[in-house]
Amino acid sequence: MIPAAFDYVAPTTVDDAVRALSEAGEDAKVIAGGQSLLPVLRMRLAAPSKLIDLGRIPELRGVREDGDTLVIGAMTTHYEVQRDPLVREHALLLACATDTVADPQVRHRGTLGGSLAHADPAGDLLAPALALDAELVVSGMDGRRAVPATEFFTDFFETSLRPGEILCEIRLPKYTGWSAHYEKFNRVAQAWSIVAVAAAVRVENDTIAQARVGLTNMAATPVRATAVEQALIGQPATPEAITEAAQHAAEGTAPTTDGNADVEYRQHLARVLTSRAVTAALST
Amino acid sequence: MTATIEPEVGRARLRKEDARLIAGRTRWTDNLTLPGLLHMAIMRSPLAHARITRVDVSSARQLPGVIAVFTGADLADEQGSLPCAWPITEDMLSPNAPSIAVDQVNFAGEAVAVVVARSAYEAADAIEAIDIDYEDLPVVLDMEAAVADGADLVHADLGTNKSATWVFDSAEAGTGSEVEEAIAGAEVLIERTYRQQRLIPAFMEPRSVMVDPTGEQFTLWSATQIPHILRIMLAMTLSVPEHKVRVIAPDVGGGFGGKLQVTPEEVLTFLVARRLGKPVKYTESRSESILAAHHGRDQLQKLTLSARRDGTVTGLKVELLADMGAYLRLVGPGVPILGAFMFNSIYKFPAYRFVCTNVFTNKTPTDAYRGAGRPEATFAIERLMDELAAELDLDPVAVRERNWIRHEEFPFTTVAGLTYDSGNYEAATARAKELFAYDALRAEQAQRRERGDTVQLGIGTSTFTEMCGLAPSRVLGALAYSAGGWEHAAIRMLPTGKVEVVTGSSPHGQGHETAWSQIVADQLGVPFEDVEVLHGDTQSSHKGMDTYGSRSLTVGAIAVVQAADKVKAKAAKVAAHMLEAAESDVEFAAGAFRVRGAGADATSVSIQDVALAVFAAHDLPEGVEPNLDSEATFDPENFSFPHGTHLCAVEVDTETGRVRIREYVAVDDVGRVVNPLIVEGQVHGGLAQGIAQALFEEAVHDESGTLTTGTLADYLVPSAADLPNFTTDRTETPATSNPLGVKGVGEAGTIASTPAVVNAVVDAVRHLGVSDVQMPCTPLRVWRAIHTGQTDAGGLGGEAGGGLGSMGGTQ
Ligand SMILES: Cc1cc2nc3c(=O)[nH]c(=O)nc-3n(C[C@H](O)[C@H](O)[C@H](O)COP(=O)(O)OP(=O)(O)OC[C@H]3O[C@@H](n4cnc5c(N)ncnc54)[C@H](O)[C@@H]3O)c2cc1C
Repeated sequence: MIPAAFDYVAPTTVDDAVRALSEAGEDAKVIAGGQSLLPVLRMRLAAPSKLIDLGRIPELRGVREDGDTLVIGAMTTHYEVQRDPLVREHALLLACATDTVADPQVRHRGTLGGSLAHADPAGDLLAPALALDAELVVSGMDGRRAVPATEFFTDFFETSLRPGEILCEIRLPKYTGWSAHYEKFNRVAQAWSIVAVAAAVRVENDTIAQARVGLTNMAATPVRATAVEQALIGQPATPEAITEAAQHAAEGTAPTTDGNADVEYRQHLARVLTSRAVTAALST
Repeated sequence: MTATIEPEVGRARLRKEDARLIAGRTRWTDNLTLPGLLHMAIMRSPLAHARITRVDVSSARQLPGVIAVFTGADLADEQGSLPCAWPITEDMLSPNAPSIAVDQVNFAGEAVAVVVARSAYEAADAIEAIDIDYEDLPVVLDMEAAVADGADLVHADLGTNKSATWVFDSAEAGTGSEVEEAIAGAEVLIERTYRQQRLIPAFMEPRSVMVDPTGEQFTLWSATQIPHILRIMLAMTLSVPEHKVRVIAPDVGGGFGGKLQVTPEEVLTFLVARRLGKPVKYTESRSESILAAHHGRDQLQKLTLSARRDGTVTGLKVELLADMGAYLRLVGPGVPILGAFMFNSIYKFPAYRFVCTNVFTNKTPTDAYRGAGRPEATFAIERLMDELAAELDLDPVAVRERNWIRHEEFPFTTVAGLTYDSGNYEAATARAKELFAYDALRAEQAQRRERGDTVQLGIGTSTFTEMCGLAPSRVLGALAYSAGGWEHAAIRMLPTGKVEVVTGSSPHGQGHETAWSQIVADQLGVPFEDVEVLHGDTQSSHKGMDTYGSRSLTVGAIAVVQAADKVKAKAAKVAAHMLEAAESDVEFAAGAFRVRGAGADATSVSIQDVALAVFAAHDLPEGVEPNLDSEATFDPENFSFPHGTHLCAVEVDTETGRVRIREYVAVDDVGRVVNPLIVEGQVHGGLAQGIAQALFEEAVHDESGTLTTGTLADYLVPSAADLPNFTTDRTETPATSNPLGVKGVGEAGTIASTPAVVNAVVDAVRHLGVSDVQMPCTPLRVWRAIHTGQTDAGGLGGEAGGGLGSMGGTQ
């Protein structure tokens, strides 16, 4: 478990990081918390020539408000996201999902930006980002651009980040007053999701006024369960209505088969867990 | 002078070794270094079965820091064959077992080349530069296919994949009647096939070895359970004189049987260091450990139990296939044989037959893993007892009670020919039921069933026993094992009255230093703190049989007691002389010698006084040597037979198949207890490991023989968060077979818990038509069993999912 040799730089500004990345060429990689990248390097599944460490760039870290938008720096750690009062208040779903990621050691190192850039379909933060209509701001030699989450995740471990681009911040509309729950199904604590469901709802006069549902590990990318959302909106917050709506959860999904689950079981779990996630959200 | 008044034995002392082990204030093998140390890395075969057609190490040799690269051909003449100490039958087939493959690889993970470099980094880089061509051979993975006619062969020269077939038959042995008659006349027959999945020991400290060839002796440090056996075996395998080898096992981070081995890595490090004349170290990565360190379990059990309709058992027939993997390792062939005597367990079977065939496959070799043979047997019989109860609609505990050996029947000779010295199954079971609230949980179960609750409750029972304290040498001889089962100890009385205890047991996490100190403190009447326990270095502890099979306390500590007796006998002579009394008038109590009946105020000499007097040697009685040091070697007359009753309640979510353990009660009888805290720790760890087999762990290979559970992200070792609160208690029925009355506890929890959990899972959903779920009872398997009746769903995935473990396939 010894990685191949690599060069290492730790710039202190985004501009320097972007420059370093583009100068270093195709073989270079940025490293955030290293919680996904280091295992890959140690197992010698990748051998980048140079690592550009984003850990010393203050502007990439922290949570702030920008009018109606919540802005989370890419280098904000899972631990910081979990504990941030603004995140709890305006993006509870993201906080709930982050609570289920790995263990304290990993959460102190791993970052939100790293998780999204890594784009592991079993990663727990992709579905909330998608469900909450996150916008991902990326920076490259050609300047900044904002990519909607719907366009960011393109395939298994693949994103629309272009060579030389760095993910800088995650922007979310505020979901103030929404209730939320992240229902994660795995076999042992500290494991990735076999399937998980991210649900956020807003109730008005005992009726579900708005709903967001995202699915983890139900395809090569996170999936937005729009049919479930549609079926929930306008319904009374009753168990029957929720179960009924949750029947749509597997629509449009394309899960894989692995040692823990096959396609049929994953789709079944999606329905069961959607019902549980929405129910739990409503009781928060 | 602090005379110990309160006995040390029985005190729940914190362990002496905890501070240094927990805080990392010790040096594991990998932390050790030597001047000029070189580092070895191993290139391993990615293929399970192939001929090596070309090896090119030329570019690796050119890389910076590389000192040497060796292939199988380079080491073929010196490497010998890795030892197998247990030829279970006279006609057992045992292929040559190289440490490094020469022209053919037989499992994925087998060494094919080694690099020695100035740093571990340079060695790892050079591995990448080695180029090897292979020619695929047909892969043998499934045991049933392997023993079928015309099967592809792992070792073509052997002409078969069967290594040996071992039989025990009670009619032939004269310990019982003919099982086929029992089956023919049965009122009820329970026929089942159970699978013991392959497990990976997953000890915390990966294996590491360092060899210094520069002195008069070769010194080998290794993270091993068996420094003494390793020394002998290296001498016998590598033609190096035994007195020229010193083996040191420093603090070792767990083993669970996984370090009861003479490993290819130890041999290779030795060979390479000898060749280069320089010290060399090798430390495996976690991935290598999972892939190449020996695996455990892996049996297919065909079982037939006959009984009467009242639940009385009349016969048991066991037909096993046991997967040896590609080679026979140190005690691998004997592992199923250790189970042979345990299938009948605590029950009075009149007839019993056991047949086991050991099979070669193109997988990592298997060998001892916590419990070794006994968990497999216990699982089988405890599952069968539940099935019998279900078949007859009887309470599972009642069926067991009908058949078990009653307390007043001990000592009892079983149908397998063992004599259980003691036991009280009634007491342990009564206590377990009380702690478990058995009746209340049964009532809740009935309610949930009636309501059609999505969460169902199941109760599992395991009334286990096991044979441990390996082992009477004559029994090992009768089983064709190559060595004895004794243990050695020595006690050195230092001039200042402090005590050194040298033990041949080799702790790797168990807490011997504490327990042995407690025992010696009582025996010699010295303070606990004044005792130092030395172990794990063949230079200081020159004789030993090491630690496995729950033998340290029941064999090793008895040797310590006997050595202490000899110290006291020697000291009594000197003390009598000092007291100017006849030796027969002197008595020893609480660390001091006094004239018998002389009253508490009378002059006494402490054992420390005697130690100093003996050191000075100015005035010793005629003919007495100036030395109190003593040693003893103890060979047990019998095994020890811990037992207990474990009850487990699980909730099964029928919508997802997830199993949650709600209650776990373990009442164990391990005889007299030296340190309750250590016993509790052993039980907890054992339960975790047994539950892991029931619910979580499984080594899975794909159709090409590649291990797909190659990281701890796929091979799921549970953590505290995945386990329930354990309710533990003990009954105490002293063993009559040793002077301390102790029985082993190292494996009990693992042996007992697996069937308790699976029984509970099946019990929860039996009314839904489920009578078995293969281990591990994953959510997918349980869900499929409920909804389709399939018991072995899952296993291999065609595609990669998400998560760390799958990254190999997707990046
Ligand atoms: C034991 C363990 C358990 C885990 N369990 C879970 C779990 O249950 N759920 C879960 O969701 N995750 C889990 N993880 C993963 C964890 O959440 C990681 O933190 C996350 O996947 C990656 O974040 P990171 O900051 O460590 O990124 P890194 O590992 O540093 O980087 C990951 C990838 O993203 C790229 N990258 C990182 N940051 C940027 C950026 N700003 N711009 C462009 N590219 C970037 C890197 O180049 C690399 O390719 C676990 C990890 C471990 C080690």
